[in-house]
Amino acid sequence: MMKQDEFPRPAWLALRTPHARVSFRLDRRLPLVVAALLLALLLALVISVSYGEFRIGYLDVMKAVVGIDTGDSRNALVVQNFRLPRILLALLIGVALAVSGAVIQGITRNDLADPGLLGINAGAGVLVVGYLTLAAVPDTRLLPWLALAGGLGAALLIYLMTWKGGSSTLRLVLLGVGVSAFGAALINYFITQLEVDSAQRAFVWLTGSVYGSTWADVRLLGVWAALLIPPTVLMARHLNVLGLGDDAAASLGLRVEVVRLVLIAISAALAAVTVTVAGTIAFAGLVAPHIARRLVGPAHEGLLLVSALVGGLLLVVADLAARAVIAPEELPIGVTIALIGGPFFAWLLYKRGR
Amino acid sequence: MNGIEANDLSLAYDGDMVINQLSATVRMGDITTLVGPNGCGKSTLLKGMARLLRPRGGVVLLDGHSIHTMPTRQLARQLGILSQSPTAPEGLTVYELVSQGRFPHQGFFRQWTAEDEEKTREAIAATNIVHLADRPLDTLSGGQRQRAWIAMTIAQDTSILLLDEPTTHLDIGHQLEVMELIERLNRQRKMTILLVLHDLNQAARYSKRLIVLDRGQIVADGAPGEVLTEQMVARVFRVKASILVDPESAAPYCLPYATIGGDNPSRL
Repeated sequence: MMKQDEFPRPAWLALRTPHARVSFRLDRRLPLVVAALLLALLLALVISVSYGEFRIGYLDVMKAVVGIDTGDSRNALVVQNFRLPRILLALLIGVALAVSGAVIQGITRNDLADPGLLGINAGAGVLVVGYLTLAAVPDTRLLPWLALAGGLGAALLIYLMTWKGGSSTLRLVLLGVGVSAFGAALINYFITQLEVDSAQRAFVWLTGSVYGSTWADVRLLGVWAALLIPPTVLMARHLNVLGLGDDAAASLGLRVEVVRLVLIAISAALAAVTVTVAGTIAFAGLVAPHIARRLVGPAHEGLLLVSALVGGLLLVVADLAARAVIAPEELPIGVTIALIGGPFFAWLLYKRGR
Repeated sequence: MNGIEANDLSLAYDGDMVINQLSATVRMGDITTLVGPNGCGKSTLLKGMARLLRPRGGVVLLDGHSIHTMPTRQLARQLGILSQSPTAPEGLTVYELVSQGRFPHQGFFRQWTAEDEEKTREAIAATNIVHLADRPLDTLSGGQRQRAWIAMTIAQDTSILLLDEPTTHLDIGHQLEVMELIERLNRQRKMTILLVLHDLNQAARYSKRLIVLDRGQIVADGAPGEVLTEQMVARVFRVKASILVDPESAAPYCLPYATIGGDNPSRL
């Protein structure tokens, strides 16, 4: 039995430089959780790169990744040109969607929120499918830009409609649901107007796919992730304080409207860039933060980082499954992530409800 | 001028004016309590005085400076407010909640100094919830949770604390615990405290000064002994009451015994 006046061991590791110029705190569970996730991620990556119609041994995979000669020139070709870009892209998409989801769940104080709530998927889908339907000869190079414009445009629209002398999180959620439903209806209408071939392509894009990804895609998403994720992590405290409600946050000196706008913009941009490289992928942004919360609790210092790793791991596994389930054919990654994520999410909610 | 001063303050929700050109001063070092019937605007006034509501007119001054133009972080180091029934994310522990009170003292790269840790522990100790520090908030009783939230505002380390009905939904034991804590903060830490309370007797017992609001206007303002009278209770709350003297504290004690018809006639 603990004595009344005895402090428990603090839940954090404090990191401080001399003179306290720089100081951070980490959840005690974090180092172990991060190490375990990194290990799992590494394993998943090696297995995933090794797997395919053309099998490559695990050792050769590692050699080929770092550029050591494996004695078979096909290894390097397959790893460097075909498998690595799509697998790394899946990883980055998972990271970006998970951080985007953790942020939007934090802002709305609603664990059922996901990046789709900002209208990203609906907006990108409407423009892309609309363009495929209405253009006489669609230029596929335009699709990523249309997706970006549509996604960010819808997010901006939702924010502007929410902002009525001060944005309210409930209004944001309701408008998000409304705009997404409206977008889905438009997309369905466009698809009924398409030829069968184009309709199928549109469907694959809407479900999300990393088939045929290139290093250019990896670079694009990598740069955006590198620009947007570190500032988000530095704003972990702001997200924590927003979680206490607008009044408590304002009372603690947070400029609620400004901070919320910045975080919404970051979340929207992260999700929108993933849509431009791989179409709309559901579930990752919803499920990854939930798993992370179970591992390290609700404080965002650890939650953002662990969400990112969980999201990356989920998508790498989903990509492997997408190639394996009906090999040599493959499923869109959006299908496998929903197949893995859907039941898993239901199980999480079921366990929590008891 | 020392203290918080509302000058011609008007506050409204959407179109409805709740407080109209009200002026009042809260002196430093006092426990001051706002009382009044439901819907009289006391919570609104409290929010207005903590810049949680933007005024339609007038100004709130803290030591002579307008709180509306002051950087919000700077104000947050001087004035804390705890709203009614705040909510925390699921799974948040007491220690984590209280540590968030340090927010206005932190920066992007100074996120957890030794002082932050010390003040957090101090606040937890001051509210007698050390044994609950590791517990998630959602597993606590109402009284324990309320003390954790108050601990958060103590960790904020302000000289002024505004509390909106801190004893609502608590049993009498926990109510007294919270009131005694508030009294201790005022006496030992010299904190200036502005409360909204429903219970007139609690207000009379612990406050140096009562401000009575009715329909957005101040109708009485002064020491509990001067303000808490049969006439005031009849006029503002529309009840007949005997005013006794609390044998413990010598504060006035209001014992209501009948409603007064008119404004709100009985339906039977």
